[in-house]
Amino acid sequence: MAIPKPNELSKIDYTPPQKGWMDTLPVEIKPGMFCHAGKAKSLQTVGFPNPRAWAIKDDDWKLPENWKEIVLEGIKERLAKYRSFQLFMDICVRCGACADKCHYFIGGGDPKNMPVLRAELLRSVYRKYFTASGKVLGKLAGGRELTYDALKELWYYAYQCTECRRCSLFCPYGIDTAEITIIARELLNLLGLNTDWISGPVANCYMTGNHLGLRPHTIKDTFDMFVTDIEAATGIKVAPTFNRKGAEILYVVPSGDFFDERGSYTTMGTLLLLHELGLDYTWSTYASEGGDFGFFTSNEMAKRLHTKIYAEAKRLKVKWIMGGECGHMWRVWHQYHNTWFGPMDNLEEPVSPITGTKFENTKSNKTVHIVEFTADLIRHGKLKLDPSRNDARIISFHDSCNTSRGMGMLEEPRYIINNVCNNFHEMPANTIREQTFCCGSGSGLNASENTELRMRGGLPRANAFRHVNKKFGVNTLSCICAIDRAALQPLLDYWVPGIRITGLHELVGNALILKGEKERTTDLRGDPLPGKEGN
Amino acid sequence: MNFGLSFWVSVFIVAALILLALVGVEGAKMHSLFGVIVPYAAFLVFGIGVIARVLKWGRSPVPFRIPTTGGQEYSLPWIKTNKYDNPSTTFGVIVRMALEVFAFRSLFRNTKVELREGPQLAYGSSKWLWIGSLAFHYSFLIVLLRHLRFFTEPQPFFVTIIESLDGFLQIGAPVLYLTGIALLGGVTYLLIRRISIPQVRYISLAADYFPLVLILCIGVTGILMRYFYKVDIVGIKTLTLGLAHLNPKVPEGIGVLFYIHLFLVSVLFAYFPFSKLTHMAGVFLSPTRNLANNNRMKMHVNPWNYPVKMHTYEEYEDENRDVMIEAGLPVDKKE
Repeated sequence: MAIPKPNELSKIDYTPPQKGWMDTLPVEIKPGMFCHAGKAKSLQTVGFPNPRAWAIKDDDWKLPENWKEIVLEGIKERLAKYRSFQLFMDICVRCGACADKCHYFIGGGDPKNMPVLRAELLRSVYRKYFTASGKVLGKLAGGRELTYDALKELWYYAYQCTECRRCSLFCPYGIDTAEITIIARELLNLLGLNTDWISGPVANCYMTGNHLGLRPHTIKDTFDMFVTDIEAATGIKVAPTFNRKGAEILYVVPSGDFFDERGSYTTMGTLLLLHELGLDYTWSTYASEGGDFGFFTSNEMAKRLHTKIYAEAKRLKVKWIMGGECGHMWRVWHQYHNTWFGPMDNLEEPVSPITGTKFENTKSNKTVHIVEFTADLIRHGKLKLDPSRNDARIISFHDSCNTSRGMGMLEEPRYIINNVCNNFHEMPANTIREQTFCCGSGSGLNASENTELRMRGGLPRANAFRHVNKKFGVNTLSCICAIDRAALQPLLDYWVPGIRITGLHELVGNALILKGEKERTTDLRGDPLPGKEGN
Repeated sequence: MNFGLSFWVSVFIVAALILLALVGVEGAKMHSLFGVIVPYAAFLVFGIGVIARVLKWGRSPVPFRIPTTGGQEYSLPWIKTNKYDNPSTTFGVIVRMALEVFAFRSLFRNTKVELREGPQLAYGSSKWLWIGSLAFHYSFLIVLLRHLRFFTEPQPFFVTIIESLDGFLQIGAPVLYLTGIALLGGVTYLLIRRISIPQVRYISLAADYFPLVLILCIGVTGILMRYFYKVDIVGIKTLTLGLAHLNPKVPEGIGVLFYIHLFLVSVLFAYFPFSKLTHMAGVFLSPTRNLANNNRMKMHVNPWNYPVKMHTYEEYEDENRDVMIEAGLPVDKKE
């Protein structure tokens, strides 16, 4: 389906309709704004409820007869399990500070994409069934019947939130729409209401260890290609190992880094770095996914998918785990894993074997981010770098939502960029660091059928980039998230064509001077290095 | 619910409340009801209601450590940490919460987006909501503290200090209190803002207009009593001191305006625990603000954590052994 041209798409009307928001049902489910329904087979693989063939455009979503009861029971259960949910249902004052912080509202103007109103879709049901005033006064107290149409509306907007938490930063009470979306999606999954782009990868990940469903020999083959390409560019033959017992470190990345074009270059950069260091580490074909699409279905599924990493670390008897460049993987790793699986007594407190640095900030969870690891290497002068090899690239950096607002890793990537590149320009202050804008495709929304939604949601990010593109000639956007690497390219192709997206360790791999390397004439992509164009 | 209905229902209810007090006191002479019973009842409902609400929140556990991080985390020793927007220690959390509660830190960040031709998005600083909210909340607090003079004898020293600071302009007799004006100004701003900004109007419920209209009327009746239609201040103090000492007396001749004021305040107190006004207590419990960002350093315990079904390595190897052996990958069982 063709989406409107950028100049059409950017005509956005922020004026809300005359009709009150409770009176606009049924919701118009617009093409280009939603993902296809999840397949029965995917649900069966992981034992999710109500597997069946259904389509969003059908009137009948084939719900269990007692669907309403299931949702209300689900709400009740979660109110008792999550203080965040109970509190966020009660204390919103509707000040509207969050309204124009959401990338979907900015890029689309749909009032129900104001985080406050998206949350009110669920809150109104909460009030109707769980508060005295809502039970008695109904609509007057902001309560709303849970009807089939209200449920469809909830589904539609629960998949127009990327859980980026930008609104939460600005909320005077810290109300986190991500938390509300997470719960809303859990409730919807109780009825088998999900999307194929999420439940497919979940099923894959459960069975094969990664979202893409890559089997062990395929992963090995992919790496063989990396090895060949790296040798062609550098003359160095790296020798990654897999599922190797007794390695010091287990290294886990999002599986996009095995497959996605830009992700592959990031992996190649990482392979070079870890080879140069002589690090005693292993990949795993079983724990072959750091990302966790389970997080976009239910808390339990998120945990089920991630258990394998710790089981694998135990089986291989590694000392600690290192994780690659990924966004939600790090939100989950940083804020959830230790609670799910801790204490990690079978692992050791991570120490960099190269610099001796103790990673105090992860002494309990024993999981180091590769960006932390590399920043520490550079700080200790352990890497020989030639930043001029990246001189063709005028770079800006996109902070991933999750590492910014669910972690706070802001300086480390900038420190690395400043050491491996000579031309770095920040995008405007209101669009980076903790205020960064989502790529518009996070939380499992990076499908193709919802491209209009993604282009709209990515408008604030693309627009900030265009600013530095015009001002400083920035031609490269670097990032530390697999979804970003996949999603920012089509986003910028649409809004600001001709831009290269790179992972951070691709830039590291380019700049790294290796022992015994041949004269480097190309970067990892095979493009000529500056000054070597004639070769 | 559209704007007209939500707003006018709120105005109508407050008007009815005023009328109720007026008729009850002037017509039915129910001074004791409006002067003693309703205030006591309202105070009880407020106290018990807020405690019950906080206990209810407290009963739900905090399964995960999910702070929204607003700056650089604690990581490598040479990287400067933003200790208060992204605290890793309890002290940092206390400062973060203090900034949130006393200075509305998050609201201070507020920006306003503007879409220009191009398209070009611009983000302007937008501090009006922050200023208006601060003016409203702080003046309300000071007005409340000033009212302690009605419930204490002699009045505490800090009330005297507040009074003299509040009236330092020395305009008029009785002296004009700045916070009275600021409170009315603040609440009026919040109301006008709610009505005039289309998006905010669109999200507003009756539950948003009602407290604003109520507080506006409380402020207006208070100011009318103090500066315009004088009431029997000695009589009022007899009544309020009696209330405070659980020995209520209802003197004759206090103007009806006082009873209306007191009734509206009672309604506000009684309404408080059942409404969004509980954000006052709730903000302290917000898990995105009151937790340290240190889950990789210190395990956060989820009381309902439970083991989950997983796809084990053994199953995985069983399904893939052939291709693993063929690809030269290590396996635990050869067949």
